[in-house]
Amino acid sequence: MSALERLPTWAALPVSLLLIIGGCVIVTGALGLMRLPNFYQRIHGPAITITLGAGSVLIASMIYFTAQQSRLVIHEIIITVFVLLTAPVVSMMIMRAAVYRDLRGRKHSSGADAGDVYRFPDEDG
Amino acid sequence: MKRWLPFPFVSVLLLLFWLLINQTIDPAEILLGVCLAVIVPLIAQPLQPLGYPRLRRPLTIFRLLAMASVEIVRSCFNVGRIILFVKAESINSQFIRIPIDLRDPYGLAVLAGLINLTPGTVWVEILGDRHELALHVFDLHDAQWWVDTIKGRYEQPLIEIFE
Repeated sequence: MSALERLPTWAALPVSLLLIIGGCVIVTGALGLMRLPNFYQRIHGPAITITLGAGSVLIASMIYFTAQQSRLVIHEIIITVFVLLTAPVVSMMIMRAAVYRDLRGRKHSSGADAGDVYRFPDEDG
Repeated sequence: MKRWLPFPFVSVLLLLFWLLINQTIDPAEILLGVCLAVIVPLIAQPLQPLGYPRLRRPLTIFRLLAMASVEIVRSCFNVGRIILFVKAESINSQFIRIPIDLRDPYGLAVLAGLINLTPGTVWVEILGDRHELALHVFDLHDAQWWVDTIKGRYEQPLIEIFE
């Protein structure tokens, strides 16, 4: 903790605040992954972790190292950009794979037919 | 100009990326970065079967990104609230169909990215027969609201930018 104590107040305050917010959001996302009943709902839990959670932690990191090293440290932006670029692609691929797996496996409890977009192949032709 | 800088937007991004990752604004590194920014889009051009997209209306791009960021933060709190306080059985998760007029592949890619980044919605695919988007919504109250939001606030600016 000694490194954080040597930080000036103007930096320590937003850093701790952002870390607390980020931590809460990440725990909430993980909780969603744990307690939501089916796959299609669980995929929405980590989405808040990667956006608001990772964002808060990375902004906190930028402020912390900028104040600690007395120079502008903003290369965390690269991490943010790459996370934001890759995460949507991954979630789309996983979602599509899951939909077709459940339709082919005729898993009626999966929730793949919620709404009337997808139907199981053996029903009414 | 067009021949040597086929995609100026990405060239600028590459230069910025190079300076950020080296954490410097040293003139030598800027020179190296400019070289990379010119050469990489030229080398990568054959990898793009559709060619580089033409981006129009830079102001609309910024407005769209700002609106999407606000929307992402707002949906984060919504989804967090639902996870923490709403009983799992009463969450109404559904797939909905949204008719899409946007045809440009790059525009569709950006639309998919923005929708998937927004917590609470996941893009599944474009259904071929009538060019409809299959979208999974975490907690659906009003399907028409989603259609209006996505068509008005996301699709319309993207049509202006890419088509």
